[in-house]
Amino acid sequence: MNTEQMKQTNIKATKKDRPWKRSLKDFYKKLVKNKSALIGGYLIIILIIIAIVGPFLTTLDPAKPDYAIKLEEPSADHWFGTDHHGRDIFTRVIHGLWITMFIGFTATILGSIAGVIIGIVSGYYGGKIDAVIMRFMDILLAFPGILLALALISILEPSRSNVIYAIAIFAIPTFARIVRGSTLATKNLEYIDAMKALGASDLRIISKHIFPNILSPIIVQASLFIANAVITASGLSFLGMGEQPPSPELGALLSDGRDFMWDAGHIALFPGLVIMLIVLAFNVFGDGLRDALDPKMNKK
Amino acid sequence: MFQFIVRRLIQLIPVLLGVTIIVFSLMHLTPGNPAQIIAGESAPKETIEQIENRLGLNDPIPVQYFHFLKDAVMLDFGTSWRTSLPVSQELAPKFWVTLELAVYSTIFSIFLGLIAGIISAVRQYSIADVGIMLVALFGLSMPNFWFGLMLMQWFSLQLGWLPPTGWGSPQQIILPVITLGTMGAAVIARMTRSSMLDVISQDYIRTARAKGLKERVVIYRHALKNALIPVVTVIGLQFGSLLAGAVLTETVFAINGMGKLMVDRILARDFPVVQASVLIIAVVFVFVNLIVDISYKFLNKRINMD
Amino acid sequence: MNQETILDINDLRTSFLVDGFEVKAVDGVSFKLPKGKTIGIVGESGSGKSITAMSILQLLDKPGKIMGGEINFKGRDLTKLSEKEIRDIRGNEISMIFQEPMTSLNPVYTIGQQIRETLKVHQGLDKQRGTKKAIELLTLVGIPSPEQRVKQYPHELSGGMRQRVMIAMALACNPELLIADEPTTALDVTIQAQILELIKDLQSELGMSVIMITHDMGVVAETCDYVAVMYGGKVVEYQDVKSIFKSPKHPYTVGLLNSIPRHDTDVDELEPIKGNVPSPKDMPEGCRFAPRCPFATELCTQELPTLDTQADGGEVRCWIYTDRWDGDPEVNVRESKRTAESE
Repeated sequence: MNTEQMKQTNIKATKKDRPWKRSLKDFYKKLVKNKSALIGGYLIIILIIIAIVGPFLTTLDPAKPDYAIKLEEPSADHWFGTDHHGRDIFTRVIHGLWITMFIGFTATILGSIAGVIIGIVSGYYGGKIDAVIMRFMDILLAFPGILLALALISILEPSRSNVIYAIAIFAIPTFARIVRGSTLATKNLEYIDAMKALGASDLRIISKHIFPNILSPIIVQASLFIANAVITASGLSFLGMGEQPPSPELGALLSDGRDFMWDAGHIALFPGLVIMLIVLAFNVFGDGLRDALDPKMNKK
Repeated sequence: MFQFIVRRLIQLIPVLLGVTIIVFSLMHLTPGNPAQIIAGESAPKETIEQIENRLGLNDPIPVQYFHFLKDAVMLDFGTSWRTSLPVSQELAPKFWVTLELAVYSTIFSIFLGLIAGIISAVRQYSIADVGIMLVALFGLSMPNFWFGLMLMQWFSLQLGWLPPTGWGSPQQIILPVITLGTMGAAVIARMTRSSMLDVISQDYIRTARAKGLKERVVIYRHALKNALIPVVTVIGLQFGSLLAGAVLTETVFAINGMGKLMVDRILARDFPVVQASVLIIAVVFVFVNLIVDISYKFLNKRINMD
Repeated sequence: MNQETILDINDLRTSFLVDGFEVKAVDGVSFKLPKGKTIGIVGESGSGKSITAMSILQLLDKPGKIMGGEINFKGRDLTKLSEKEIRDIRGNEISMIFQEPMTSLNPVYTIGQQIRETLKVHQGLDKQRGTKKAIELLTLVGIPSPEQRVKQYPHELSGGMRQRVMIAMALACNPELLIADEPTTALDVTIQAQILELIKDLQSELGMSVIMITHDMGVVAETCDYVAVMYGGKVVEYQDVKSIFKSPKHPYTVGLLNSIPRHDTDVDELEPIKGNVPSPKDMPEGCRFAPRCPFATELCTQELPTLDTQADGGEVRCWIYTDRWDGDPEVNVRESKRTAESE
């Protein structure tokens, strides 16, 4: 291969993945520079590892009752104590960690995909489509917090998948709004006009040029929303509208804790601490990332 | 200003219609025949038909929606399927309890959040600042129903200082308000801090110092008033989450408010009550946001260059 | 100088302490200001001129700190005063106006409220008397219909009007010294002239002394009696205004003069000084200007010259004017520059 050819292929290669690669590289660089994003990130990785590997390492059955040892305080045998059926709470929390995080992740991924598509369409095409979509998002936003999820669960059966759908719908307007704003800002950049003049299709412009540019705010929002989703999901289970017994979902464990508050305070303590740890990790990660990516902060 | 309010009110109409359509659809997406649920499993066919006719369940959907909307405007939400009482009659007392809870919690969170945020901003990077921001981060990350349980365990069960359940007496109010208001306080504290820091670096703060004003006057008269403007928006949003969060807090402390009623009736499949509760919370939230929007515009009027 | 001196700054050093490192923004600045006169402090941004001004009233932003030296104002060293004592001087005996009139007034208070505040703090005027005085002040600075203006908010006024309000506010307590930090930089050219004219008129009317911080030699020519040229946190030349235009000594001063348009010559090409102001974080070891100076010799890059008084009374910090000068003995800073250009 002569140098001329090499140059050609080089150009081709960089052209192909440049916007994506640049965007991700840029993102990674900023991530590493921000301490709290890094701490949050490590915490998230540790929690994920525990959630995946943990259930294989615990020797006890999270669901099998043993009434001989019910409502025992934390001890060397049962680190977090036992519940009213004599089940080991530590084992249940380890299993529940996975369920709670799974719900949070899946709901956020589903909701963000829908929100991103809606937001891009709204911001990119503008006009009447934009007006109608955004009005509809306003309507969804009129149901604060857990209310929309609760209303949806009220007509669906309380189950894991329905909790995921309910939270995903609750996620859509938040993502749509942010993505629409970023899309609008990117769309008006000069090079996008140039791309259009060169005859690039909308799909190409969106996937190659707009999406990489709005990736960072989406990741920040996703991290913060997972925190929200975890609280909402465990809240729904706590109310009996989500995971049903004997599922060890963390919110459901808290619900047990409430019923046995008088006899065994420890039941509620640990599941709640673990929920807080998950939410904290994603909040710290999302906060740090936002600071790192915010140009206003970078200047200082 | 008047024009702005009128314009915002007009913009509200499609949102309110949308909200009512969604709430109305909830009932119609429900699996099962409402008449059957009301009459019970073993009711004869005639009874069911009779109920269907009385409720207008055989009318075309748009007609049904129109009736629903007309009644809702008159605060008539039909009859409970479980107690056969008018829904508005069942809801009214509980609505006030929830509103009280939300208002007290909002006041608590504004009070605590503002003070903490100002201290943090004025002493940026001090131990107090780091401490407050750390506490705020935890406050933001705690599920409030768990926090409520922990408070109840300590202050009611272990120490016996405060009653664990109920609503009404000053002692009963303390724990639920702390439970519900803490997250809002954390959000407001963080917002106040960043807003204050933004303002403190402005040129007019330097001008105020150059005039020979005391640092206290500079902070409270010149910085705070400007810094509060963005915080107002957050307070509005917080009120919404508080209304929704009341569902959990009321369940934890067994408070007979609208939130707990809603949860009970979802489990009992009593849809008119659920529908009305969801609708009322959403509408209150929409109007609170309107008020926030107007006050934001009012406060911001002088800053806008146009 | 046989007049009474109102301000005597001696070896002022102001630093910013960042991550345990000391960044010297003002490094041993000294100058005197006779009563009733105007001194211009000139330099590019980053030369330390604004930090010098901020140091006088101790309005430095957070990590900034006066490390040493004296600021003698009417016989009192301002650096030794307590927080309360310096507050009593701010806006009262010494006032300050800033570069950005658009953002220097608080958007949520009316013009009247903001002027009254100064009057109340220093003179204890109540609302009624304060408003009366505020209207007088607005009239003094040439604001039309002041009775209406006192009730308006800053956003209702143009930039030029806001700067007039700033001046009115600064004059509220008849200060003896006015520090103007780039007062016209952010304004339109026509408004600039008006504001400078206003400051000059008020100065002669009220007998104030003025420190004019600027990067614009044109402003200096129009308003100042004396000039201190700053570079890299140090004064490099100090002369009266006539001499500085007639016989500038420091190569940097010459550079500044060459970068302004002149009416009397046909030079149609402005010559900006090449290179950038060094960052206070890595100052050159010798003369601060050496890396950009066309005459620099080895001596210049190794040793920092002192600020020495010349035969004609001017002061300059440059090896060329000393016995130790090791370059061309016949060097004429001004002329050689010009000829080098025309060749």
